[in-house]
Amino acid sequence: MKQKKYMNPYLGGVLLGLVLIVAFWVSGRGLGASGAAKSALVAGMNTVAPAHAGNSAFYSDYLESHPNPLSQWLVFEMLGLVVGGFVSGAIAGRLKFKVEKSPKITNKTRIIFAVIGGVFFGFGSQLGRGCTSGSALTGMAVLSVSGFLSMAAIFGTAFALAYFARKLWI
Amino acid sequence: MGPLIVNGIISENTNLFLAFIIGIGFGFVLESNGFSSSRRLAGMFYGYDTTVLKVFFTAALVGAVGLLFMSLFHWIDLSYIYINPTYLWSTLGGGVIMGAGFILGGYCPGTSFCAASIGKIDALAFIGGMFIGIFIFAEGYPLWENFYYAKFLGAPLLSDMLGASRGLLTLLVILVALGMFWVGEWAERRFARDDYTLNQ
Repeated sequence: MKQKKYMNPYLGGVLLGLVLIVAFWVSGRGLGASGAAKSALVAGMNTVAPAHAGNSAFYSDYLESHPNPLSQWLVFEMLGLVVGGFVSGAIAGRLKFKVEKSPKITNKTRIIFAVIGGVFFGFGSQLGRGCTSGSALTGMAVLSVSGFLSMAAIFGTAFALAYFARKLWI
Repeated sequence: MGPLIVNGIISENTNLFLAFIIGIGFGFVLESNGFSSSRRLAGMFYGYDTTVLKVFFTAALVGAVGLLFMSLFHWIDLSYIYINPTYLWSTLGGGVIMGAGFILGGYCPGTSFCAASIGKIDALAFIGGMFIGIFIFAEGYPLWENFYYAKFLGAPLLSDMLGASRGLLTLLVILVALGMFWVGEWAERRFARDDYTLNQ
């Protein structure tokens, strides 16, 4: 099946903005992503090693304020995100197992750097209290200082390091 | 009227169900715009594909303008909207680390799940790494707890800090965004690549 083209990005932005507004209207908070991963990790630790989760401040603080860590808004939102992404990919003919990369690097290199990038992003999202969705996008929409700072720091750093990572992409 | 959950118009379970529906919209829009493609996302930083800039800023502006309009018509009470707190050092430090993760990994958390949903194996690797990163933060938490809470400024709005109204700041951000869109369109022509089709 021939792949459909992507949506016009400005139209896409308007639609994403509308989704964001609906999220505010329903829940009073915007969109997010990394928070759901945190919920999953805390829930996992509480199941596998409850004693450790109870003794360690990061887990116990979260469990105290969120007695049921998987029954969270962001967890359900992220489950929906996976469904929505799959549906869009199915309609457009983009469902395919593949490693996406620059033609100049091997699959192995791409996977290794994807893992490293994930480690950085996971760590940074906890330190920064949210990722591109929850901190930068949502934070900017509510005009919070932290939203603009977060956006500037994420994109500024990525631009600043782009030269050094160029072999991965171009 | 809104936010619905704060004003007790919907139950907690309905709220979670709506989160799932909103998530479907979120994922559908991200995928339809190619946020499931790491080369498209990384293209932002080399100028050959600036979709991220266009979608991201358009969305933030529609969100900001939408909130102002909904407030004007009393459809939403802005005082119940969550404002992200500012802990200066951890906001900046976290952002810098996330930026490094972005350029190395080619995804951010939301887009990695979106890409994994259509079968991108590099996105699954990124997600695995992300859990490792959160795990490291959790296990070493006492080491960076002070930094995490340092320089707390409350939850200020940029408009208040600049002494402007929300509307005026939004207008300024719109003007800045229009300038950036123009640069983005220029960059896509200037840095176009033979091995990459923009709207494949």
